[in-house]
Amino acid sequence: MLLVVLLASAAWADPTPQDIQGIMQRDFHPRGQATMDRVVQDGVQRVCTDTRDRPPPDLAKALEADQMKTIVYPEGGLMGDWKRGEAIAQSGRGLTWNDKAGDPAGGSCYNCHELSPHELSHGTIGPSLRRFGSTRGTGPEVQRYVYGKIYNAKAYNLCSQMPRLGDSGTLSAAQIRDLVALLLDPASPVNE
Amino acid sequence: MRFIAFAAALFASCAASAQDVGKEIQRYRQMVAEGSPAELFELQGEELWKKAQGPKNVSLERCDLGEGPGVLKGAYAHLPRYFKDADRVMDLESRLLYCMSTLQGRSREEATARVFGSADRPSEFELLSIYIAGQSRGVKIEPGLSQPKEKASYELGRALYFHRVGAWDFSCASCHGDEGKRIRLQELPVLYKPQYARPVMASWPAYRVSTSQVITLQWRMNDCYRQMRMPEPTFASETTVALIHFLTVTARGEPYHGPGNKR
Repeated sequence: MLLVVLLASAAWADPTPQDIQGIMQRDFHPRGQATMDRVVQDGVQRVCTDTRDRPPPDLAKALEADQMKTIVYPEGGLMGDWKRGEAIAQSGRGLTWNDKAGDPAGGSCYNCHELSPHELSHGTIGPSLRRFGSTRGTGPEVQRYVYGKIYNAKAYNLCSQMPRLGDSGTLSAAQIRDLVALLLDPASPVNE
Repeated sequence: MRFIAFAAALFASCAASAQDVGKEIQRYRQMVAEGSPAELFELQGEELWKKAQGPKNVSLERCDLGEGPGVLKGAYAHLPRYFKDADRVMDLESRLLYCMSTLQGRSREEATARVFGSADRPSEFELLSIYIAGQSRGVKIEPGLSQPKEKASYELGRALYFHRVGAWDFSCASCHGDEGKRIRLQELPVLYKPQYARPVMASWPAYRVSTSQVITLQWRMNDCYRQMRMPEPTFASETTVALIHFLTVTARGEPYHGPGNKR
């Protein structure tokens, strides 16, 4: 398994991710809330870089299980308010060097996903989420999956391009609950 | 006039059904591409190029952009490249900074105090870039790739393109990695593939209609890293030059046709 990783990196990664990290530490400077700890890769980023987002299945499973442990489910229900969820899905703010630290961030959902049929300006990097609740059901298991996926997408697909929105501190538990409602509430436009 | 048409196109695209949206975007982009205020900025850039400045009170006219001191024709199309005097690979903006330092005697701090301009008030680097790039129209893009340091720069740029990092785990390829993807309505060129890199790289620097700003490749690298939730890359650093070098090599062979307009 380790051999596969090494071969994969030897095939393309020259310079190595370690080299790149050193170069970035020299060539970047902190600005606003964007501090220099962000140029240091964690294990997930390193493995996904090393394997060009195609980690060996065993390694992916093990690291996904680690990521699953980061997910913190709040007390009480997971379904918030879909109207607040829609506003969070629209907003692309948060965590950049010109966003004010402490201001609530958005989920940037529409940047990559189709959700409400009333929003034509949606991206296509992620799959369409239209009628997500009406096709998959809205029970506790689906709620738990949606909450977890938004909290830490890497727990379900190690090299997903989706940010770990809860784990990175981008969204609060209350905000993620509102996004769960946007996807699952039968009254949400997503389920029209 | 163009802006009325632009508003009409936007309105039309709002009213259109989802499958018409792509066509409307295409139409808007075509309108934007026709006629550019970039040409006005070329004149201002020429004035700056010839203006005596700095402690040595000289102009940049003897600056060697790779084709010999003061030679502008085709210079931009052959950047980034290795410069023996600086012993490093430089893009246009890092080379200009070098000349501001060596010829004009200016400090890095003073020369880079305002590298990115604001609406209708471009920076010195932006005006100079527009002017100099304009002297490469019709010249095939052919950055340096024969020197060892040029090869290393290209390899570094390619590795950076796929390096996942930052608060949101992005690499350049997170957005510019698969064909036919968009962020909101913005189409995303797959810039590590020549067929997508060519038309894009041949049009920078540019005038950005939506913000009334002149934008350069150093700005583009900077703002992508901002959106990647990363700290700020230092202007003209090896990282930014290597990425620009990688993208430009990927686009080689395309006749330069900028400076153009962007949405």
